[in-house]
Amino acid sequence: MNAPAYNFAYLNEQTKRMIRRAILKAIAVPGYQVPFASREMPMPYGWGTGGVQVTASVLTPEDTLKVIDQGADDTTNAVSIRKFFVKSAGAATTERTEEASVIQTRHRIPETPLTEDQILVFQVPIPEPLRFLEPRETETRTMHALEEYGVMHVKLYEDIAHYGEIATTYAYPATVADRYVFDPSPIPKFDNPKLDDCPALQLFGAGREKRIYAVPPYTKVKSLDFEDHPFAVQSWEQPCALCGSRDSFLDEIVMDDAGTRMYVCSDTDFCSRMRGEK
Amino acid sequence: MSPLLVAEKVSKFYGARTGCRDVSFALWPGEVLAIVGESGSGKTTLLRCLSGHVPASSGKVRYATRDGRSVALDEMSEAERRLLMRTDWGFVHQDARDGLRMGVSAGANVGERMMAVGERHYGRIRATATDWLKRVEISENRIDDSPWSYSGGMRQRLQIARNLVTSPRLVFMDEPTGGLDVSVQARLLDLIRGLVKRLDLAAIVVTHDLAVARLLSSRMMVMQQGQVIEQGLTDQILEDPQAPYTQLLVSSVLQV
Repeated sequence: MNAPAYNFAYLNEQTKRMIRRAILKAIAVPGYQVPFASREMPMPYGWGTGGVQVTASVLTPEDTLKVIDQGADDTTNAVSIRKFFVKSAGAATTERTEEASVIQTRHRIPETPLTEDQILVFQVPIPEPLRFLEPRETETRTMHALEEYGVMHVKLYEDIAHYGEIATTYAYPATVADRYVFDPSPIPKFDNPKLDDCPALQLFGAGREKRIYAVPPYTKVKSLDFEDHPFAVQSWEQPCALCGSRDSFLDEIVMDDAGTRMYVCSDTDFCSRMRGEK
Repeated sequence: MSPLLVAEKVSKFYGARTGCRDVSFALWPGEVLAIVGESGSGKTTLLRCLSGHVPASSGKVRYATRDGRSVALDEMSEAERRLLMRTDWGFVHQDARDGLRMGVSAGANVGERMMAVGERHYGRIRATATDWLKRVEISENRIDDSPWSYSGGMRQRLQIARNLVTSPRLVFMDEPTGGLDVSVQARLLDLIRGLVKRLDLAAIVVTHDLAVARLLSSRMMVMQQGQVIEQGLTDQILEDPQAPYTQLLVSSVLQV
């Protein structure tokens, strides 16, 4: 199965060592964006090259890998990355959250609670939460160093002024361990509370931007808000049309040209399990 | 009472070229000092040294903090200096686009400093922003508009509101009326004069326009080729200029 021309999990050992060093630093300073020498990967930027490099560096032959994209195990991005690791590392794969030891994800955190034995790897397009407010990298680094985060609230202020509520629904900024403000990648804000005090190790890799950051197990993660406009997650009027769950994140699916819509769990593993229990 | 800001032989050199040389003065609380001179005379360089935007090549700038300490700008940590800049100080740029955050609404522009010093209550930020817009004569229903939709004069007033919201004690102004038409200039000057008086602000105003100096300042410094050639009370200098260059400057004001 393993093509002999490749090292285990594609990257050579020297590269993995460099990435592991960055990961260790990221764990030591929660929420801090550690620069690393991101490699070209055999897939385009935007497909999760950062997450793939992190996964390749933490993966061992004994690991079981789960890959999800928008919560689903069967979407193109997830299927491609899973195939990549099956081919390059001979990795055992699963779709069940609790069976996996490493989970690479794009845009979701699984509904099933994670455990201490798991690592969650996020694919990050833009790691810098201050980027849209301050384009200069030198300036954003200084702002992080000096904890100048007032401008983050300017964005939330704008939301309330224009929409009457905080309209940011994904990539919702949060403070890690009372220090660094970070971008939890484009997960819906529904998932932000799951970041807080999570038993699993959470690693974030941005390939194009060459940054790695981490939320260590059991670390405080607090989403930014105003005293009179507290942080709140999305809610739905109806349950999942397939499994009937009322406390999972739902995707809206347009069924026809007449405007019929269906709401179903975005986490396919969770949804099928719920249906199995019935 | 002690001076708010003291400059001791402040010089700035760009290689062999001189930005400004050996400038010394003391600015007292509530006082407005005008720095005048032709373009290229080092006014703006001096202002940037005084406000900590660029480090001076030699000399010291000392500032008296609210708790009564006298601190030298170059001895402060960057964190302290930046905190000072967004609490105790204001900086009004000639081009409002440099001083405003153009991508967000007027209200957010005014509220930004409050959020920067830890205000986390939307209602209070909103109320203060509304109040300040009124004080700079911007109608309340423009609060959610982008500064791009504002006229030049309104942008300049917005910039002033944004700076004054944290009740600074010292405001630096670089040609605050530059690029505005004459009637707008007059209204803006009137507004600045009123605010400075009411809030007991100290200000350093850089201008090439003697009328601005006359209207706003109590004291002025005349600069030529990076050096201060004359300083004193504004009326005194404008009525009875001593240095030849000042005489030239005063006599070249157009009379209508």
